[in-house]
Amino acid sequence: MEIRRRKDQIEISELDPFLAELLRQIPASANPEGAPAAEQRLFSLPANRKQTEICAEWKTYVEPELRRLFQTATQTVATDLEQLNGNEKSLANRTLRIPAKHADAWLSALNQARLVIAAKNSFTENELNDHFRSPIGSRRDLSLFQVNFYGFLQEFILRELED
Amino acid sequence: MSCGPRRDGGCLAQIKETKGIAHVSNEKTGSITTAEPTIEKETRSEEELDLPWQVVVHNDPVNLMSYVTIVFQRVFGYPRERAERHMLEVHHKGRSILWSGMRERAELYVQQLHGYLLLATLEKAC
Repeated sequence: MEIRRRKDQIEISELDPFLAELLRQIPASANPEGAPAAEQRLFSLPANRKQTEICAEWKTYVEPELRRLFQTATQTVATDLEQLNGNEKSLANRTLRIPAKHADAWLSALNQARLVIAAKNSFTENELNDHFRSPIGSRRDLSLFQVNFYGFLQEFILRELED
Repeated sequence: MSCGPRRDGGCLAQIKETKGIAHVSNEKTGSITTAEPTIEKETRSEEELDLPWQVVVHNDPVNLMSYVTIVFQRVFGYPRERAERHMLEVHHKGRSILWSGMRERAELYVQQLHGYLLLATLEKAC
């Protein structure tokens, strides 16, 4: 896999089917439904629980806005990922082009996905910092790889935004 | 000066008076006369009296350090060095106070930080 900036696009080329599939899973992975821990992480309280008035107002007015914001980002990413639609064979050595103006949406969707996966698996800080863990031997290992792969993409996009 | 809105629609203001004495000199006669004291009135709204509220960001092992730094730069307009200092404080001490001031603005900052998926809370300063 190669990732580079080309004019007003971020280009991820020579994608093998495995990494292409991980990318395609971003929108689904960002969905916290059915996982209370993930839901709580994405929509955390804005104050101590004792501040009942602040928390209640937040639930009513702010949380729906946040849901819309997160959904818009994952929808943008899902649209970009349509470039990877096809059967497994056609996924070999595919190229994904992300418009630079979608960079913020990608950062958000990748972050949502990382947070949801980490919450669902209750990853510890040590596990998350162990970047040399391999090979992938279980569903949990695969999820950890997914978190790290998405983190790598975030780092690249951030570096591009800074330049 | 107009006072800020209150949640109940009223307006509570505190008036602080400052007396100053202006000296006026006359070059022709060489005399110095003292003018009437001026009174400056400063009003403060209830919200300002309610100061301060703090915007606190808490540690989160998932969010990338580089990401958190950029978010602090974007939301608060902090230069990179200051943003990094706060990020490292969050990382090492578990939390950092990013801003303190009026409640409405603090709420807005917390909302923006949640939009970037950071763990942020609004706290009343002790």
